[in-house]
Amino acid sequence: MIRARDLTKHFRVHRRPPGFAAAVKSLVHRHYELVKAVDGVTFTIERGERVGFLGPNGAGKTTTLKVLSGLLHPTSGEVDVDGFVPFRRPRELLARITLVMGQKSQLIWDLPPSETYAMNRAIFDVPREQFDRTLKELTELLDLAPLVDKPTRQLSLGERMKCELAAALLHRPTTLFLDEPTIGLDVAMQVAIRDFVRDYNQRHDATVLLTSHYMDDVVALCPRIIVIDQGKLIHDGDLRQLIKTMDPHKRVSFTPTTQVADDELAKLGTLIARDGQRITVRVTERELPGVVGHVLSALHGADLAIEDPPLEDVLRAMFGKSAKPAAEAAP
Amino acid sequence: MIRTLKALPTLLRVGVAETVAYRAEFLVWILTMTQPLIMLGLWTFVAREGPFRGYSSDDFVAYFLANLIVRQLTGNWVAWQLMEDIRLGTMSMRLLRPIHPFFAYAASHAAAIPFRTVVALPLAIILLASSGASSVTNDPAQLAAFVPSLVLAWLLTFCVMFALGSLAFFITQTNSLVDVYFGLFQIFSGYMLPLAIMPAAIATIATWLPFKYTLAVPVEILTKPLAADQIGMLLAQQAAWTAIMLVVAVGVWRLGVRRFEAVGG
Repeated sequence: MIRARDLTKHFRVHRRPPGFAAAVKSLVHRHYELVKAVDGVTFTIERGERVGFLGPNGAGKTTTLKVLSGLLHPTSGEVDVDGFVPFRRPRELLARITLVMGQKSQLIWDLPPSETYAMNRAIFDVPREQFDRTLKELTELLDLAPLVDKPTRQLSLGERMKCELAAALLHRPTTLFLDEPTIGLDVAMQVAIRDFVRDYNQRHDATVLLTSHYMDDVVALCPRIIVIDQGKLIHDGDLRQLIKTMDPHKRVSFTPTTQVADDELAKLGTLIARDGQRITVRVTERELPGVVGHVLSALHGADLAIEDPPLEDVLRAMFGKSAKPAAEAAP
Repeated sequence: MIRTLKALPTLLRVGVAETVAYRAEFLVWILTMTQPLIMLGLWTFVAREGPFRGYSSDDFVAYFLANLIVRQLTGNWVAWQLMEDIRLGTMSMRLLRPIHPFFAYAASHAAAIPFRTVVALPLAIILLASSGASSVTNDPAQLAAFVPSLVLAWLLTFCVMFALGSLAFFITQTNSLVDVYFGLFQIFSGYMLPLAIMPAAIATIATWLPFKYTLAVPVEILTKPLAADQIGMLLAQQAAWTAIMLVVAVGVWRLGVRRFEAVGG
């Protein structure tokens, strides 16, 4: 179980304008700003939950994950993971958690991943039999066999990420902090990693806290999401409920078999897209049955689909920005 | 601690594999530590017509070859590693492992010792076959004391460099501090020339600083006739400095890691 109560993490950041004069001036006088990366965040995550952690760049997501995994000392507030205070980094806690950072590698760069695995086995004191079993399982699930004996530096990003996941899970952690685990991977690899994480969660009743640049990761994996913006928690709950609250409309897509004029579409709802023959309109839930009936009977619509608005659009509206939510910048 | 000791053989094995992977860089780094050979040439020239402050030409040969052997076996680069790991945020991955980074770094550096021995061993043979052999001790007690003295010198050097590297938690770039350390090391450790031929004030100050115990003490135990009580005192002083620097290294680390910002990602 993960608990954070009034968690804050502030950083003192040196700011300097560009240019030679500013560089010289910074030698004698430095201007520092206090950045509230995490500002009074409270939440509880039960064992076995899969939770998506969303927010725009610099919202405080990665900082929170780093505090939860013990890398950062919180400025104030309380945090515990399975009853342990993370920043004290007790052995018992480190043996239960893992942090996968898409942009940081724990694999030894010039050696094959198998050497990192052997080192982790020794450091985490994993019994040989369990290690062999887990490695075999991970090798099959992630298709690692052709990769583990190649030097890490010669692996592609996707291959490295798969090896990275294996290294992070060899000690069978029960809490997974995944920070952008699919960054830079192709779609097929993203799907493979998602499937793997879901499978691991179900098999080991593991808790998963995930941040991702790709909303598809979050939609596919996380029934619950926590949204954080400017260090503050602004939503904690069911993903569908968030979408419903922020945008209580449905998207109806269909391909009409007859010609449909724009003014006729306007009666159905707001036209969102007309891509060749394919039409997508936005309608309220109250109007939905009538619209569906009309599409089927009057317009002879084929391939009818009713969907929630994309999470990207909901979050874009929520943050009032055009950019997609993404991993925050350092620190 | 028991778990850490259990992990040690694997850590050493991986450390050896890493050393082999970086073999070209490692070899070049070893070659940069050959300054004693230059000093050897210089001082044997100075002493060719008679002893200089009690050091004959053969004494200088023995001193600087022993100096090179000790330096080869005790040098490490952990300060630069720590600085890079802290500055770039790669320390994060080390902190997630249930082993104190002091042990993890120490194991990877200890793993390099066999390869350094490959360089040190021929030097030792040259020393024994050269004119300097007459200046190397043949007292079994001194030869036996050389081993713990070398181990303490390694550990003391490692602790000093670990403390210097850990300062990167506070000031990010510690290169200049390491440069200052090596400047003082050249003078007070006996690396540049034997402390016995230094001005008396410097030799006295050196007694109260840690540098001498990282190099001059094992070199002197190997090349200078010493009484049993002198050897005992030198080893005790070395052990005391090692204990002090171990406390300092772990203390700087503990205070520093609280400030770690885990940048990147």
